[in-house]
This record gives sequence, structure tokens and C-alpha cells, in this order.
Amino acid sequence: MPLLELRDVGKDYGSVIALDGITSTVRAGEVTCVLGDNGAGKSTLIKILSGVHRADRGEMLLDGQVVSFGAPREALDAGIATVYQDLAMIPLMAIWRNFFLGAEPTRGRGPFRRFDAAQARETTRLALQEMGIDIRDPDQPVGTLSGGERQSVAIARAVHFGARVLILDEPTSALGVKQAGVVLRYVAQARDRGVGVVLITHNPHHAYPVGDRFLLLNRGRSLGSFAKGEVDRDELTRLMAGGAELDQLAHELERPTS
Amino acid sequence: MFAFFAVQSEVFRSPRGIANWLDPASTLGIMAVAVALLMIGGHFDLSAGVMTGTTALTVGIVAVEFGQNIWVAIGVSLALALAIGFFNGWLVTRTGLPSFIITLGTFLMLQGLNLGLTKFFTDTVTVGGIDDAPGYAAAEWLFASRLSIAGTEFRVAILWWVLFTVLATWVLLRTRFGNWVFATGGDEVAARNVGVPARRTTITLFMTTATAAWFVGVTLAVRLTSVQANTGIGQELIFIVAAVIGGCLLTGGFGSAIGASLGALIFGMTQLGIPYLRWDADWFYFFLGAMLLLAVLANRLVRRYAEAARR
Repeated sequence: MPLLELRDVGKDYGSVIALDGITSTVRAGEVTCVLGDNGAGKSTLIKILSGVHRADRGEMLLDGQVVSFGAPREALDAGIATVYQDLAMIPLMAIWRNFFLGAEPTRGRGPFRRFDAAQARETTRLALQEMGIDIRDPDQPVGTLSGGERQSVAIARAVHFGARVLILDEPTSALGVKQAGVVLRYVAQARDRGVGVVLITHNPHHAYPVGDRFLLLNRGRSLGSFAKGEVDRDELTRLMAGGAELDQLAHELERPTS
Repeated sequence: MFAFFAVQSEVFRSPRGIANWLDPASTLGIMAVAVALLMIGGHFDLSAGVMTGTTALTVGIVAVEFGQNIWVAIGVSLALALAIGFFNGWLVTRTGLPSFIITLGTFLMLQGLNLGLTKFFTDTVTVGGIDDAPGYAAAEWLFASRLSIAGTEFRVAILWWVLFTVLATWVLLRTRFGNWVFATGGDEVAARNVGVPARRTTITLFMTTATAAWFVGVTLAVRLTSVQANTGIGQELIFIVAAVIGGCLLTGGFGSAIGASLGALIFGMTQLGIPYLRWDADWFYFFLGAMLLLAVLANRLVRRYAEAARR
């Protein structure tokens, strides 16, 4: 049984159909890549999965049960964690404070209930170490980390808090080749720990090596869902850019042969 | 700052002198600490100054014009302050408009109400005779008594100021709520994404500022026993100045309660230090402005350091 399943999911913003007829599955220990150009409906899909919006049509199944989330907190509590592109962390706050943000461990009771800072620091260090992330000092502000490091810490955080489904929104888009590789390695690590990963990207070169399943979106509609064996990288790239449209473009851009 | 004035003025460094400049620093400090929390949470409250007037006038009007026990008056005043704070916070979170504009609106409305209602009830612009209300002695003990230390009388407000600073620091650094305040001010969307109740945090912060204004307002009413209708107007910017001198970023997400307290301390020292040196008091605002600029420049360095992402 898949961990998460979408059946014919759709969403409208007023009279605009943002997403329609999306069907896909996410299995534990697998990476499902959602590929699409700008405006393809990737962000709308994330918002439905993470509980920011409710789907207008179709249904979402978690462990075979129909679910519908009214708030990000509900999705989180069900084990669906989302790491957003630029909005994953608060730059001015220390790493350990970010790590436990919204899920702070406490000590004491009543008016003396307090944030257990010592434990938070130590747990952050251990959790990062477990994922093989080398952070010099958990007290440094997140703003001093590189983009790749930030994404890695965010992934480690989601895994630490028992995410069963991890949604990554364009984790590699703002990064250089080397940094992107680092992040993809942590994606693979989360997968190996049995997490079902949804990797959202517009870069087939990042998606292909790590993905087990590919969902292609174009203008809010599905262009098909493929397992890794059914499609190769070039085909993926071509489909993503709109297939025929790209052929047309290539034709137009060719030098006139006279 | 202390050394500068202390070296040049004997009165300034005497215990009596210290008690004198700690006094304006204390009421300002209580407000600056609350305003600092709000600023760390990413918002301004321009109505904080006039609210000290509103709460003080409420105490006066309920106690004197309605002849109630002063504790009843103080209770009514607190309820009113909490309501105003909630209104500010609710409107800001509901509309998403800058808190600067929303609280500017509240500020002007309260300024009008203060004057209008005071005139309506007393036919003058002052409420007086608060010390005749029943229960005044106990209220005076709590809000306006003097403690004698080493033969010098210190106002009890100084003690409250220290207490509030310690409490605010503890809340900021050692509670979940404190973590949420930093997060909401640092990046509200990101905070909400990881499950921080940003809206509730913001509303609570506005209500905290209102509560501080209530405390200071009651202190003024009990101490002076009469309240002018224009009390507190213009103070809101001073609170913000003290918080910024103390290291709060105008953009939110960074700062400390102790810093704001030190900002208030510097303010108090300068305000009384200048007359002690027999300088023209007109220079006071020049110094204040210069300190503000220096503080903002220093804050900019902090932010640059923290946001220098090495991509």
C-alpha cells in the first residue's frame, strides 16, 4: 500500500483551474519527483499536500485513509513535513532554535514551563551528526550557513521529527552544482531511512538520479506519471518543456539552411 | 555614559542623584522592554505612549468621577488596556497592514478620546484628587512607594522595572513563546510553515505592550494623584528609540529586553545628566538623536553579519 496517494486531485482559484486530475503515489523509501515548468501547478500541489489549501476535487489518502488538512499543523501532525525553498528557516536565529521551532522541548510545569535549551542544543548537534552534516557551532545564526547547508539542516529537522512524507520544494534551484549534489545526497539519505520523499523541481538532471517515480505537470494538468524504468532522462527533459513545444522551438531556432 | 556624567558632576554620582535619574529611566524602561518584545516580534505600537495616558485617565475618572474604590478603577483600566491591545493585534494580523499605520490610527483615536472624555467628565483637561479614593494607601504602596536604601529614597518603580526586565529576558530566551517571538519577527511565513501560531503571538505581544502601558499609567495616576489629558503623547517614539539604542532591529527578529532597559537607562542619564552639568537642556534631543543614529548603524552591522549567506 502506498504511503500517500492522490486521486484525481484538483484545485481552482476563483475561475482559474490551477490543478486538475492529478493522480500519483508516494511510497515509503522512495522518491517521487514532481516536475514542471513555472506555472505548471507545482506550488499548488505542495500547498494541498502540506495543508495550506484544501483540494476542491478528488481525494488524498494517507495509509489508505482519506485525509483532508485544514492547516499546516494538521499535516505535520500526520507526518507530512514540508521544506520550503527560501522559507525554511529564520536567518537571524541560532541553528538549534530553528531546529526546534514550533516543537520546542520543555521542562517544568505551570508558569515555570520553560524551553529546555540545553537539551535542544545537544539534540540538534546529534541529529545533524546522524545525517552526516558537519556544523561548527549550533549557536551560530542560520543566516551564516550556505544555501545547501540550510536545506540540509531543514531536511535533518524534518527527519528528526518523524516525518514519514517529506516534501521538498525546489531544494536545489538556488544552488550551484556542488551544493545541489550535497543536498541530493541528504535526500537520498532520508529516503534510505524509509521516508517517502516528494521532490519538487524543474530540473530533470537533479530529479533523474534520485527519483523512483516521476509526475510531470504542465499548466495544472498531469502529463503522466512514470516509474524510473519507463522513461529516460532525455525523454523527461523533453516532456517537461512541453514536448511538442520544445520541438517547435528547436525548429524555429535552427539556422535557416539556404 | 555613566562615567562621562559622573566624572563631571558630583550630584550625578551621589546616591540621591542616582535615585533621581533612575526614576525617569524606570517608567520608560518598563515600556521600552514591552515595546522591545513587540519590535522583536516584528511590529510597532505607536499607541503605546498615549495608552499610558488613557489608562491613567481611566483610573482617575472611574475613581473620582464615579466614586469607585481605586482597585476597581485599576481593574477597569487593565480591562480597557487589554481590549485596546487586542484590537491593535487583531487588526494587524487580520488585515496584514503595517502595524505602523494601524497603531497610528489607534494613537490618534485615543488622543481624541482622552481629551474629549476628560472634558466631558470633569469640564477641565485634568482629573485630580485620586488620593481621596478608597483603597488609595494600598495602591500607593504597590505603585508609588519609596524604598530607603543607604539613606536615599528610591522609587518602587525602579524595582518593578528590574523585575519586568528579568521576566521579559527569561520569557524571550527560555520559553517556547520567546522562540516564537523571534521567529514571528524574523520571518512570519516561515514561522507559520513550521507550526508557530504567529497570529496568536502577535496579538499577545500587542496585549503585553498594552499591559505595560497600563502599569505605567497606573503608576503615574497614583504617584501624581492628578492626570493631564495629554499625558503620554510623544512618548511612543521615545520607547522605540530606547529599544533601538538597546539593539532591537527595526525590521524585527533581533533584540533583547536587557538592551532596551539599558537604552532607557542611557535615556534617563542623559535627560538628567545634562542639567546637572548646567548645560542647556535643549541639547538633550541632539544627544538622543546622535545616539539613535549610532545605534542604528551598529545594528546594521549585526544584520549584515547574520545575513551574509555564503551560497
